[in-house]
Amino acid sequence: MSATAEQVADVRARGLTPAWACSAVAFLFVSLTIGVLAGPIDLGVGAVLESAAARLHLPGASTSLTPTEEAILWEIRVPRVILAALVGAMLASAGATYQGVFRNPLADPYLLGVAAGAGLGATIAIAYLPEGLSGQRALPVAAFVGGSVAVLLTYAVGRSAKRERDAATLVLAGVTVAAFFTAWQTFVQQQNSETLQQVYSWILGNIPSTGWSDVVLILPYVAVAVVVILALRRVVDVLSLGDDEAASLGVDVRRVRLALVVAATLGTAAAVAVSGLIGFVGIIVPHAIRLLSGVGYRALLPLSVIIGAGFLVLADVVARTALSPAEIPLGVVTAFFGAPFFALVLRTTRGGGS
Amino acid sequence: MSAIELHSVTVVLGGRPVVDGIDASIAEGEWLALIGPNGAGKTTLLRAIARLVSFSGLIELGGRSVREMPRVELARLVAVVPQEPSTPPWMTVSEYVLLGRTPHLGPLAKEGRRDREAAARALARLDLLGFEERRLGTLSGGEKQRVVVARALAQEARIVLLDEPTAALDIGHQQQAFDLLDTLRAESGLTLVAAMHDLTLAAQYANRMVLLDGGRVAADGVPYDVLTEELIASHFGASIDVVPVGGRIAVVPRRDRGPTPRV
Repeated sequence: MSATAEQVADVRARGLTPAWACSAVAFLFVSLTIGVLAGPIDLGVGAVLESAAARLHLPGASTSLTPTEEAILWEIRVPRVILAALVGAMLASAGATYQGVFRNPLADPYLLGVAAGAGLGATIAIAYLPEGLSGQRALPVAAFVGGSVAVLLTYAVGRSAKRERDAATLVLAGVTVAAFFTAWQTFVQQQNSETLQQVYSWILGNIPSTGWSDVVLILPYVAVAVVVILALRRVVDVLSLGDDEAASLGVDVRRVRLALVVAATLGTAAAVAVSGLIGFVGIIVPHAIRLLSGVGYRALLPLSVIIGAGFLVLADVVARTALSPAEIPLGVVTAFFGAPFFALVLRTTRGGGS
Repeated sequence: MSAIELHSVTVVLGGRPVVDGIDASIAEGEWLALIGPNGAGKTTLLRAIARLVSFSGLIELGGRSVREMPRVELARLVAVVPQEPSTPPWMTVSEYVLLGRTPHLGPLAKEGRRDREAAARALARLDLLGFEERRLGTLSGGEKQRVVVARALAQEARIVLLDEPTAALDIGHQQQAFDLLDTLRAESGLTLVAAMHDLTLAAQYANRMVLLDGGRVAADGVPYDVLTEELIASHFGASIDVVPVGGRIAVVPRRDRGPTPRV
């Protein structure tokens, strides 16, 4: 029996539809624009566009901004917006990846102990390193090292388990390692209470205005992680059937899961290293997309990258402008605005979603 | 030529041999029903053939050891219909059936026209045309089970392992699913190994039966030789009558104790 052309045409997997892709990109574009324009000093859309054209060496273009304004635009605002976009893209796609790989809708990017490890690294850097060193340079490195060590430890503990080494074992190992690192971090913090404020503000998360150095620092990690996650997005759909069924469909479950977890985790560690612990993005963005579009992972993962980036840029705008010149911790903003938004999405969607 | 060769296959779970030294040779195009009481090792034996559980001994498919085969090659040879398949509610029927094409795709590739044709054929065979866009979460138990069988067909494997494949189907869809599998077997030499609780249904379709008990083969032969009152009594602890139905046999439970009913 052969299927007719018409029947074949009906059989399709919902990839990234043009409508969704365009909406997501438009959202990101608007977010980036708002991110660049918002701030205590009003640069104006026209002047910003002129300056961009001049930077791109377009013929006849010249900037009307003063050198100070140029510096504010290109050394503070643009890198900060790009950094926020990178962190948001990473956290959202890592969250979606973990939810697929661990088949747990509540999995977040900090599942395997990255947060606790990075927190410990950052706390040690703040408490023990000399003042000048601990700020800009050493803190992200220490946080990244701490996060990576915690995840390696999680993996080692998971592998040493006598029970069946499934996804749940790894999650339990993550809980164990996180508890240990958190205890250690609390101890160090307690012993050095004069740095409490600094540690606390790092933990609540913010996007630093440190120019391009942080962008350069995390770009390679985020790029590699996102490429790996997107390349394997169809396999994440297969993994959502469970280990056995994925294996019987020819997937080397352990290897694929390892590749995805390593990518998501390294990317998250890099993001956490520069921005601290920004909660909720990895849960809220994928779930909002899921509820609104009902798509599988092959579309959810690219959408999470794009919308996660736009979401965090907007959240960062709120963080730095709402109480200007003071900044609200970004983690507070994401949860404060994210939670009601998510409640609204939950309320207004019916059926379809998972 | 034999499709599946089992040589002293043993699976130990929790320190207990659940499958205990099974030898068998299953011919290409054979329909073999695995029967036996709960815990006899039927599911575990199927899982061993698909290398979903580690075993000792040797399992060969078409002369090649399962243990040495890359996963993806194994999946091109063997499709599995599990007892409790997971059916993510957000997935559409098309998407789910297309997952059956996974072993034919590279790890990074997406489905092409041939894959969609295979999926469409499988949907047509299971009477699921018009269901393409439906979410799995909106299907009835029976529809879901047909979708799972369609996924296995889309895999286009020569061997299909089925674990209680029709437990959730009504009697009409049971027959439809088994008639279909039997047609495929006759047409294209598919080898079917199915763990089954419904002995009558098994006797209607299978041309060979293996009775497992305590992980060992208690009887092996045509249904007529395996489904005897004595064997069923000693291995299931059940009282039955075996009655001929349309050239095959049916198993009817018999109540031995209690008052004789007035009809």
